[in-house]
Amino acid sequence: MIQLSDLSKRYGKLQVLNSINLSIDSGKITAIVGPNGAGKTTILKLILDLIKANNGNIRIDEKSIGNDFKYRQNIGYMAQIARFPENLTVKKILTMIKDLREGRYETLDEELIHKFDLKSEFDKQVKNLSGGNTQKVNASIAFLFSPEYLILDEPTASLDPIASSILKDKIKKEKEAGKTIILSSHIMAEVEELADEVIFLLEGNIYYQGSTKGLIEVTGEENLERSIARMMRGVEQ
Amino acid sequence: MKRDIIKIFKYEVLNILHSKWLILYALFFLLLTEGLFRLGGGVTKTSMSMMNVVIIVVPLFCIILGAMYLYNSKEFIQLLLTQPIQRSSLFWGIYFGLSIPLVISFSVGMGIPYLLHAFRSGQSISSFWPLLGNGILLTFIFVGISYLIAILFDDRIRGLAMVIGLWLFFAVIYDGLVLFLIYTFSDYPLEKPIIGFTIFNPIDLARILLLLKFDISALMSYTGAVFEQFFGSSLGIVLSFSALGLWVLIPLVLALHKFKYKDF
Repeated sequence: MIQLSDLSKRYGKLQVLNSINLSIDSGKITAIVGPNGAGKTTILKLILDLIKANNGNIRIDEKSIGNDFKYRQNIGYMAQIARFPENLTVKKILTMIKDLREGRYETLDEELIHKFDLKSEFDKQVKNLSGGNTQKVNASIAFLFSPEYLILDEPTASLDPIASSILKDKIKKEKEAGKTIILSSHIMAEVEELADEVIFLLEGNIYYQGSTKGLIEVTGEENLERSIARMMRGVEQ
Repeated sequence: MKRDIIKIFKYEVLNILHSKWLILYALFFLLLTEGLFRLGGGVTKTSMSMMNVVIIVVPLFCIILGAMYLYNSKEFIQLLLTQPIQRSSLFWGIYFGLSIPLVISFSVGMGIPYLLHAFRSGQSISSFWPLLGNGILLTFIFVGISYLIAILFDDRIRGLAMVIGLWLFFAVIYDGLVLFLIYTFSDYPLEKPIIGFTIFNPIDLARILLLLKFDISALMSYTGAVFEQFFGSSLGIVLSFSALGLWVLIPLVLALHKFKYKDF
């Protein structure tokens, strides 16, 4: 379980998160939704300690993340835009990440590498990869060490429909295996398909946290997209 | 921690070795040094010319290439930060992965012509070693400064403007200011304050150390004599090398502190 308490983040004068409280259950898929600039990526990056909170704390499995970097052994992260050292080949990058985690993981999960057929791209330098293929490498790295927690920032945004389906199937499979998945997304159909829980974030505040079905029921709309749209209009008024 | 630093260092070197800039940098020193030897300059003349090249080009190249490289590897740093690695390990891995290839490129580029010359003519190349030593120190100093700037300024254009401005300040403007002071206060004995000013500029410090090593301080008349007396004494040597050491350390300590608490 991941618990965020009283978490605030400011960039200069811009308040991105206003003292939010959240708990993300283990073994579920939780989606963070909201418009651009709502603070979705900020939450994900705070959990990874990529950015530092101004206030509040984050606990993973009852342990405060503090300055202990080792907790990231249990996390796989897929950034919204991944760029790798452009002179290295795909193979070198995978070798490097494995090498860095040496002795810190139990099993390797190379399913995505096979399904995305990345082997044929192995000897290409990263600068010669297409955006979609770079994102496939990014996804494969996130799942590579079978981590307990998967944090996926707009995972399917730049993938083609085939790759996107492969990734979504993998996400579901990992959930079945008991993994905890947190993702952010703009695509409501995707959230509806995958997520058990939804967190609706707007201007740094949480307006809804609960089950996906619950949100649709509360708003009385026919699907998640319309429910979210209604909530956004409601907040504006 | 040490294991992680070495691993990051290894991959960074692997990446930077592909960079054509590193080869151009080595080639620049190779062709220039070899050219100076071939134009008939002996070891002393070549070293004198190379002194000016080393103290100007090494800082310029290291500070710009360092900043450019760090701005280009922002996403790579982000990827590594999501792995179970301590921020300080990543910091040192990147620093050495950047500075050591530059040191090697410089040393090989300038070293080959000197060694060839020593082999061909049988002359001693004792003036090569201080050049090499100072060049290496300047590399560590200016890569460190570029690292600090790249961490402080997220905006690449601002950062690059800043590093070029800093280089200009140390290489040109600082001396202008010191000259202005000397001119304004020409009625007063200024030799000692100038020794003080020198310590605050790594390029000047390297220049003075080299001038004294090449034993041409006589060209600087009375000032030269005061300098020789100070920098030639054991206290002076200890102080000036400590100052250069601090020039390596201080930007790095500040950069490390910033890096540990930075948002990526």
